[in-house]
Amino acid sequence: MDLTYTAEEDEFRARLSRWLARTLPELPPPPDPLDWPGRRAYDTGWQRRLYDAGYAGLHWPVDAGGQGATPTQHLIFLEETEKAGAPYVGANFVGLLHAGPTIASEGSAEQRARWLPPVLRGEEVWCQGFSEPDAGSDLASLCTRAWRDGDHYVVSGSKIWTSHAEVADWCELLVRTTPVSGSVPKHRGISWLAMPMDAPGITVRPLRTLAGSTEFAEMFLDEVRVPVSHRVGDENDGWRVTMVTLSYERGTAFVGEVVACRRVLGELAREARKNGRWDDAVLRRRLGHLSAEFAALWRLTQWNVSESQRTGGVPGVGGSVFKLHYSHARQELYEAAADVLGPGALDLGHPWNHDRLSSLSYTIAAGTSQIQQNIVAERILGLPKGR
Amino acid sequence: MDFQLTEDQRALRDGVRDLLEGRFDRTALRAAVDASERAGAAALDRELWRELGAAGFFSLALPEADGGVGLGLPEAVLAFEEAGRALLPGPLVATFLAAGEIPGAASGDVMVTAADGPLVAWLDEADVVRGDVAGAVPARSVDPLTPLHRLPADAPREDGGPFLDGAGALLTAAEQLGSAARTTEMAVQYARERVQFGQLIGAFQAVKHLCAQMLVRAEIARGAVYAAAVTGDPLEVCGAKLLADDAAVRNARDCLQVHGGMGFTWEADVHLHLKRAWVRAGTGRSAGDAEEALAAAL
Ligand SMILES: Cc1cc2nc3c(=O)[nH]c(=O)nc-3n(C[C@H](O)[C@H](O)[C@H](O)COP(=O)(O)OP(=O)(O)OC[C@H]3O[C@@H](n4cnc5c(N)ncnc54)[C@H](O)[C@@H]3O)c2cc1C
Repeated sequence: MDLTYTAEEDEFRARLSRWLARTLPELPPPPDPLDWPGRRAYDTGWQRRLYDAGYAGLHWPVDAGGQGATPTQHLIFLEETEKAGAPYVGANFVGLLHAGPTIASEGSAEQRARWLPPVLRGEEVWCQGFSEPDAGSDLASLCTRAWRDGDHYVVSGSKIWTSHAEVADWCELLVRTTPVSGSVPKHRGISWLAMPMDAPGITVRPLRTLAGSTEFAEMFLDEVRVPVSHRVGDENDGWRVTMVTLSYERGTAFVGEVVACRRVLGELAREARKNGRWDDAVLRRRLGHLSAEFAALWRLTQWNVSESQRTGGVPGVGGSVFKLHYSHARQELYEAAADVLGPGALDLGHPWNHDRLSSLSYTIAAGTSQIQQNIVAERILGLPKGR
Repeated sequence: MDFQLTEDQRALRDGVRDLLEGRFDRTALRAAVDASERAGAAALDRELWRELGAAGFFSLALPEADGGVGLGLPEAVLAFEEAGRALLPGPLVATFLAAGEIPGAASGDVMVTAADGPLVAWLDEADVVRGDVAGAVPARSVDPLTPLHRLPADAPREDGGPFLDGAGALLTAAEQLGSAARTTEMAVQYARERVQFGQLIGAFQAVKHLCAQMLVRAEIARGAVYAAAVTGDPLEVCGAKLLADDAAVRNARDCLQVHGGMGFTWEADVHLHLKRAWVRAGTGRSAGDAEEALAAAL
């Protein structure tokens, strides 16, 4: 058990923080949260700066265009950028955190060369077309169909809750290439395609979230032609490829946010001391408890990162343990924020209140807490499948 | 940074586990409970205590020059986690902390207890008592294997002592962690054996989700306890104890629930874990005080 960093790691941290101190003041002001094209430009602009400075795809393999850094260096990167208040991955979320890593590990050499560099350079944005109106938690029951027509797939169906669909260039799309029948169970017969978002036949209809924004959308696919060469992994083997994607999503995607939550907790305490709410012992104790929880989540992160550094593999199901606790702790954090604000909690002018609304999605997106509990129980604890 | 157990640490943990399984398995645990019932008070197995001493359990962190093993707090935490799993009785933490200061503690020849809160454990049996126990009156302890005395409410309490935010609190947290992990295993094992409605109860989601949350609590506590052992930071120790207390108590309760009526019997071991977890949670700083201390640092 060793929590100290090597001289090399310290040097990496120092160099990064110097670069952040120099670069962040040069950034343009962040766009209005509801201005999606503005946000795309801002997020990809930030990604370009990271690329130019050698920080893009830090822990991706070198042959996938990455820097081949260790998971620990990636952790330092997330910690330092968050501490410095650097922009969040934003519109690059899918490209950088799961479509990219999936292509890096499952794609052919041509596919890696075609799709990975533009993600790293901030030129192309991806979205995730997994969920369907009748296939949410039960993702394997998806029914968007893809027929072979020569060297193309012809895709028809609909997707829902597609984040950033309005501004994406590519979609990691799950389709059914073989219909479910007695001999083909639903997990088989699914394929993973890279669909260009400007292909004819795609209609994107934004959906408004309870926070008032249109961060996700419905997608209607009407005989969209996707080249067969855009399939990652074998035909009908998309479920396995998807499991790789999801382990990235749960394993590493939320790590930097723990640092942000610890910062917000400090802000809550400062505000409470200023506005008198600190006199409430119940509130103080809740904040104290949250402080212990976020500290422990950070330590659990270091534990998981050390483990993947040792095994050199894909983040394990341990990510589900993290995701389960983190998503609830984050919601508790913003409930406490509302308590600190008192009547001010009803004023959307305060950023905490917007974050309180957003935090409601944490126990749903990327697999609901109930589904995560099933995964922990069945895959880690070995309890029998069933309902 | 490599926040995983080293080979040596794994070997140490396995060694302690083997020692305890050989010397204090379930049969021994139940025999100790029965004996304490018959005698009306728990008695400590002095021979076992000396064996622990001889195996280096109490002298783990003493420098080799002083006859110790020369290891650190992280290793001690691993040993105490195993003690917590096995529900090993006795003033383990107080004796460990006295090793090197009180002759005979390190070897297990002398059993040491300490007054570190409103309750003192093993007062009658201990050879040496640290702290002021004037006016202590015997209590009927909830835990059949931890005799307790109550101190007068106005007894002086030292602040910031080892039990509040030092090694004592951390080692107690490690025992809680071991217990929380053990009750998770017990629940999972039962859920994989017990059939109702024609299927294993572990296939029911309500049961599955109880078990999953038990694992989450134990793993969150593990991160906190191990990290606090490495950094020794008083606030981290405080948070680790808070989360480990919570994990041990709540996991024991959920384990009981998973066992159904069987869980409510004296025969099942679940209640022994719950009662010991309550006693350990009552050692040192209260949860409310720990939360206040953490809040004050925000
Ligand atoms: C903000 C946000 C962004 C998203 N972005 C994307 C995206 O970019 N791309 C994409 O593909 N998807 C996205 N999603 C979709 C997300 O993955 C799904 O919402 C999620 O998997 C749940 O599916 P569902 O909404 O259909 O709920 P349902 O599956 O209908 O679940 C409804 C309720 O039933 C419970 N439930 C369902 N099945 C079980 C079961 N077996 N056991 C116990 N309880 C069960 C659930 O836990 C939930 O409480 C996003 C969702 C949100 C909220």
